[in-house]
Amino acid sequence: MDTTAVVESPVNFLNHRHTVASWLLTKDHKRIGILYFVFVSFAFMLGGIFAALIRMELTTPAGDLLSADVYNRMFTMHGITMIFFVLIPAVPAVLGNFVLPLMIGAKDVAFPRLNLLSWYIFVTGFFFTLAAMILGGVDTGWTFYTPYSTQGSESYVLITGIGIFITGFSSILTGLNFIVTVHRMRAPGMTWFRLPLFIWAIYATSLVQVLGTPVVAITIAMLAMERTLHLGIFDPRLGGDPVLFQHLFWFYSHPAVYIMILPAMGVISETIACFSRKNVFGYSFVAFSSLAIAVFGFLVWAHHLFVAGISPYSALIFSFLSFAVAIPSAVKTFNWTATLYKGAIWWKSPMIFSFGFLGLFLIGGLTGLFLASLGLDIHLTDTYFVVAHFHYIMVGGGIMGYFAGLHFWWPKATGRMYNDTAAKFAALLIFVGFNLTFGPQFILGYLGMPRRYHVYPPEFQVLNVLSSAGASILAVGYALPAFYFVASLFNGEKAGANPWKATGLEWTTQSPPLPDNFPETPVVTEGAYAYSKREMKVA
Amino acid sequence: MFSGFTLFPAQASTIAPEVDNLYLGVVAITAFFAIVVVVCVTYFAIKYRDDTGERVGAPITGSMPLELGWSLIPFFIAIGIFVWASVVFFHIVRAPDQTLEVYSTGKRWMWRFQHIDGQREINELHIPIGRPVRVVFTSEDVLHDLFIPAFRVKADAVPGRYSAIWFQATQVGEYHLFCAEYCGTRHSGMIGTVYAMEPADYQAWLAGGGTTATGSLLEQGETLFTQLACVTCHLGDGTGRGPSLGGVYGSKVALDNGSVITADESYLRESILTSQAKTVKGYEHIMPTFQGLVNEDGVAALIEYIKSMQAAPNQVATTH
Repeated sequence: MDTTAVVESPVNFLNHRHTVASWLLTKDHKRIGILYFVFVSFAFMLGGIFAALIRMELTTPAGDLLSADVYNRMFTMHGITMIFFVLIPAVPAVLGNFVLPLMIGAKDVAFPRLNLLSWYIFVTGFFFTLAAMILGGVDTGWTFYTPYSTQGSESYVLITGIGIFITGFSSILTGLNFIVTVHRMRAPGMTWFRLPLFIWAIYATSLVQVLGTPVVAITIAMLAMERTLHLGIFDPRLGGDPVLFQHLFWFYSHPAVYIMILPAMGVISETIACFSRKNVFGYSFVAFSSLAIAVFGFLVWAHHLFVAGISPYSALIFSFLSFAVAIPSAVKTFNWTATLYKGAIWWKSPMIFSFGFLGLFLIGGLTGLFLASLGLDIHLTDTYFVVAHFHYIMVGGGIMGYFAGLHFWWPKATGRMYNDTAAKFAALLIFVGFNLTFGPQFILGYLGMPRRYHVYPPEFQVLNVLSSAGASILAVGYALPAFYFVASLFNGEKAGANPWKATGLEWTTQSPPLPDNFPETPVVTEGAYAYSKREMKVA
Repeated sequence: MFSGFTLFPAQASTIAPEVDNLYLGVVAITAFFAIVVVVCVTYFAIKYRDDTGERVGAPITGSMPLELGWSLIPFFIAIGIFVWASVVFFHIVRAPDQTLEVYSTGKRWMWRFQHIDGQREINELHIPIGRPVRVVFTSEDVLHDLFIPAFRVKADAVPGRYSAIWFQATQVGEYHLFCAEYCGTRHSGMIGTVYAMEPADYQAWLAGGGTTATGSLLEQGETLFTQLACVTCHLGDGTGRGPSLGGVYGSKVALDNGSVITADESYLRESILTSQAKTVKGYEHIMPTFQGLVNEDGVAALIEYIKSMQAAPNQVATTH
């Protein structure tokens, strides 16, 4: 894969057609990836504004900025926006769409029309949810626990539910599309064990999306029927069981955490290999740990219910399985660390984001052990400890991984280099800001501060002020890429086909890629990270 | 402004030191792994830094002994934490035999407590130290959660069923009592204070404190038992249309569907409010439902009265 061999064509997927219709009716996976990017970025900004208001309110113990009702709507809409419209689609729908066919040497995904339909479904769901927010929002918490969501809440639960229900189908269809694509569209010679680890991670994620999302769709449908028709599925006065909702909800929503983190892990496997100029240590262990996480992820849902009145013996089983699911994540972390050993480590910004991922994911993963521990979870559940833990995983891990991927593939998508120094500075701000925001929340949680509290006892103020201060640094860190990314489009230097001198098929075609990706179908003759081999060829 | 700032919660129950030791133990174990990974990543990142981008790393692909080592060692450590945490968990959820019972109901946005002697209080809970206390509670509307951080105990209040927490306070003091399950607008206002008192002070409080008591909980239950005509069917000698309730609390009850269950507070509550749910073997299903006829306070009083009933000598057969 000699990079100098790429012949640049003046025509690429961005400039071969210019009309608005050519974007809105595109079947090109790369353009669809960019369409998702636009909406995910908007949702990230919106969710960030909600978060900013929450952190501002919490700088004082009294409820002096927002009313209780508005505060409750803020944390609910923050959660819904970030989870369903940022974290779940970010890596699979944005990066996955853009690079998956490129990485396996395909012209497109298996079902390009279905792929466009998925985006329209996503946007429709997003507009429904947005409409609910504009009408006055929703205040149930993103978890929609019954009976509050069916009887207590007077906010726009139904419209929000419809929005999430619709969006779910986008996730299911994208997962289906990727599974078929990986099975049927690989280039000649691209065997399963030559696949980049990002593909393994996306494949495992797609399985979870296809198998898990229908359950949350059914659960939301039942919630809607209960709220409108009073069916009595969850209402104890009619013989229903409110805890049943929690089982159904978490049967999807725990695996959904793996939809958020697995693809980010896949990105990290790519960036660490590229910027260490090495094979990923223990390729097959990293690959199979993705599948193990996808499978075990379905067997731990009731660890969200340890204080909800489930039998202590079933709590034992779910606690044990929750410890078990930690092992494949630990294996991945050790393998990434070992990959660095005797590497030639190139400190470019995607690698700095990857270091950030390692640090935050490590803390997020290890604090999960506290919550899997039955004797500790009783005290810690529903407190800020949980808030801190899942932010470290889903945002610390998930968004750092997404940003690592954005910085890694930005030159491929746009053909331009961004300011690498600015990007490294953003990574540093995010890492520092993140730890300052969520680190104090672990202490707050062990002190006993419950989550979703609008006003709180004054002894918790110091830690909350620290957390809000961190959030302001974090906000700058998250906003910074918008500036240097946009600037790169105007004055960034040309990236060339392979600015990172990386292995991988996506780097063998020009940047931005041709409308059909490759001039001719590539033939694969070696494993995914054959850096040493290539160097010998050059030398 | 920053009154009472602290980094570690008060340790005010017998279970709290157990939970804290577990916490510090897991902190130590996880800190060890975190430091190992952070030191390795930092050391490798600096030692092997090469910003030319021209060289490649050593051709290392993996190592089976290392993979097995870093899979199995964390696995066994995880099992160790699992066992330790589970032992503590059973200490938290398993109440000792002799406890002082307090009934409670959560409703938006307050906690109501009923003491055995009849005292009622709202968002305040007075309890003696040095004695195991068990709070049996439910919710009148949506989910709530009774959480006392200083005691390290917590459980959801679920409408339609009883939950319970137990603790034995060790330190006199005033402690936070939080609703920890989101319940709507004034969720964060659903907080209160636990007053852990010397036994003598507690007795004095019982004698003079609380809101006006209309007889002990047991006496209130006895009155209701007659008023609601329970007494016409549940005859003490077992000849009534319903089974005798003497000694039923805590006993094993055979049902008409062939199963056997333990008659705890939740079963008694369910049998009163939704009597059609379970029928005792050998009896007709004729008991009306009392849903709407008796409130949560009344149910608690009835249960307390049923608990006090002694088994008649000839009644052992039907309840065992």
